[in-house]
Amino acid sequence: MSGTFLGMPGGFPANAAVAVQDSQLRYNLRKATHTIRGKRVKAVEELPDWMELRAAGKAIKDHTLRHLDRYLLQMEEAVTRAGGTVHWARDAAEANRIVTDLVKATGEREVVKVKSMATQEIGLNEHLAAEGITAYETDLAELIVQLGEDFPSHFLVPAIHRNRSEIREIFLGKMAEWGRPAPPDLTDDPPALADAARLHLRERFLASKVAVSGGNFMIAETGTLVVLESEGNGRMCLTLPETLISVVGIEKLLPTWRDLEVFLQLLPRSSTAERMNPYTSTWTGSAEGQDFHLVLLDNGRTGVLADEVGRQALRCIRCSACLNVCPVYERTGGHAYGSVYPGPIGAILTPLLRGFDTELDASLPYASSLCGACFDACPVAIDIPEVLVDLRAKVPHGRVERAGMKVAGWVLNNEVRLAKAQRLATRFRKLVPKRLPGPLSAWTDTRDLPDIPEESFRDWWERTRRSERSGRPRNEGGRGVSEER
Amino acid sequence: MRVALFITCVNDTLFPGTGKAVVSLLRRLGCDVDFPAAQTCCGQMHVNTGYRDEGVRLARHFTEVFAGYDAIVAPSGSCAAMVREQYPKLVQPGSRGAAAVAEVAPKVYDLSEFLLDVLKIDDVGAYFPHRVTYHPTCHSLRSLHLGERPTRLLRNVRGLELIPLGGADECCGFGGTFAVKNPAVSAAMCADKVRNVLDTGAEVLCAADNSCLMHIGGTMKRQRTGVRIMHLAEILAATEER
Ligand code: SF4
Repeated sequence: MSGTFLGMPGGFPANAAVAVQDSQLRYNLRKATHTIRGKRVKAVEELPDWMELRAAGKAIKDHTLRHLDRYLLQMEEAVTRAGGTVHWARDAAEANRIVTDLVKATGEREVVKVKSMATQEIGLNEHLAAEGITAYETDLAELIVQLGEDFPSHFLVPAIHRNRSEIREIFLGKMAEWGRPAPPDLTDDPPALADAARLHLRERFLASKVAVSGGNFMIAETGTLVVLESEGNGRMCLTLPETLISVVGIEKLLPTWRDLEVFLQLLPRSSTAERMNPYTSTWTGSAEGQDFHLVLLDNGRTGVLADEVGRQALRCIRCSACLNVCPVYERTGGHAYGSVYPGPIGAILTPLLRGFDTELDASLPYASSLCGACFDACPVAIDIPEVLVDLRAKVPHGRVERAGMKVAGWVLNNEVRLAKAQRLATRFRKLVPKRLPGPLSAWTDTRDLPDIPEESFRDWWERTRRSERSGRPRNEGGRGVSEER
Repeated sequence: MRVALFITCVNDTLFPGTGKAVVSLLRRLGCDVDFPAAQTCCGQMHVNTGYRDEGVRLARHFTEVFAGYDAIVAPSGSCAAMVREQYPKLVQPGSRGAAAVAEVAPKVYDLSEFLLDVLKIDDVGAYFPHRVTYHPTCHSLRSLHLGERPTRLLRNVRGLELIPLGGADECCGFGGTFAVKNPAVSAAMCADKVRNVLDTGAEVLCAADNSCLMHIGGTMKRQRTGVRIMHLAEILAATEER
């Protein structure tokens, strides 16, 4: 994946510890996520057959992923037949090289961009910049992020961590460097901010000859690409320039237009809480007279496909519902996840795609309390907690922790050992310090420990049962004692 | 009907009062409960922290110990969910112990499920004249789908005033080892939970899981809020005589 975020030192806990201290960020995030949360629930409750739709979405994606080889070839053939060119990119480097070469072949030095996760994943903008090509983001929030020399922190609202007065500052300070300056009397009134962005971007749309996009869906039967957006900037990028290059992950396929129908219901309601998406653009090959190139991106996806538990992550339609309901994301924001994919889906998708090589990636499967809110909200029923727990079993564990868990497992697997440990704790109960040492100090930093009781439950049971006259033998149901193992 | 109590290792060691409350409550309702002494732990901490092999061993031990009972009652939504929802995935079908899991796991009930769905009792005859708010812990809510069961039981407790908790369905930030592995986020989540609890003006915070209560209660105690934590079983066991 891209090097964009990799510069961050320390794992998720360290990033998160910094983020939770930022009260402005916490306020912005809380306000934004809670607003969208309530709206999403309403939009979903409106449909009596939501659970059926969700099951259909899951089934369609699972079927497509099962037969991805076949559908990809069908897609390639259909795009080619319609006059487009299909390129296959194994990884980020290959995809970047393909796009750069295509842009260079046009002789242009500038491209306009439709918001796309895939191009962020491969770090395309940075790569193009190194080759002397400037990529202009045209989605309002992406524009804010780009002007602010910042990273996106949410799928849908990449500048969710910014409030309007911060945005005004960014526009006033930076717009002039990239094109038409912001009006000097700009206020932080949202319509005024949107107006400034509109004027700034419109010049760019009219001047640009090359556009780069991603794609929400690809329809294999006709070779059609589908982009959903809500500002109309996408429509301009997709239609005005002479050359269009779309970089799309191979998991974005759907077999037919009928399948798309399900997702055109699931996606808007889950992401923006709208009944219908405002701008849905579809195009097939070079039908509109454009020179069209499709770059099919693997970049770790076939590896994920081979992972029996993890492969369900490839069903993701990037609606961001899981981010919006996540109590961890709400407190940390997206940057702490160190990837273009933040929140619950990021905590599984990032390590699935790029492994556990960095401290950060190895810590992501633990960036969750397993509360399950993400699974409930996901429109394609990705059991994120299940994948998190599975990844935790695969990630290398620290030596100290491993030893501790082994001892705990040994004690807990035998009632005699457990009873002995409990009696030991009871005996020294008065000696337990208020603050624990080592990694356990993380508990006592903010919480008191519970008092250790004078007697464990099992000892109480044993003692009171003995004094009872009842002759009925206990434990008749199961085995009375366990064997050593 | 042969009923077993699965106390859970946390309750056994740290909250024996909850176990005693379950025993006295069920006896009062005419249900004799057995305590298979060989029981230990459901293995949730190990599995959720990434130590699956230890978890599988504990799961096999659990199903051996509790084989043959008609119902297994646990005063913990989280541990009940672990056994009923996670065991069938953990001990893969076809592997050793899978048949025992298929036999035992569906018979595990959280206390409120056992009272309402098995015994069909929604008024346990309890008396507890205090202002109480209820936190419906995540696994009770989203794994077991306990829904209104615990609050239905609480509403029928004489003298008890149940005050709704704001942001009730939000996680308290415990999450087992999450509390230690991501302490900053865990504490931030708990701070919001505590604020919501204090806003209710309740004297007692009740839940069906002592682990979450230990986390929220430990924070409230550190802040000297004066709000008490009590497991649902302890409130339901309380009567006018005691
Ligand atoms: S994992 Fe599910 S909820 Fe999260 S972004 Fe993907 S589709 Fe949406």
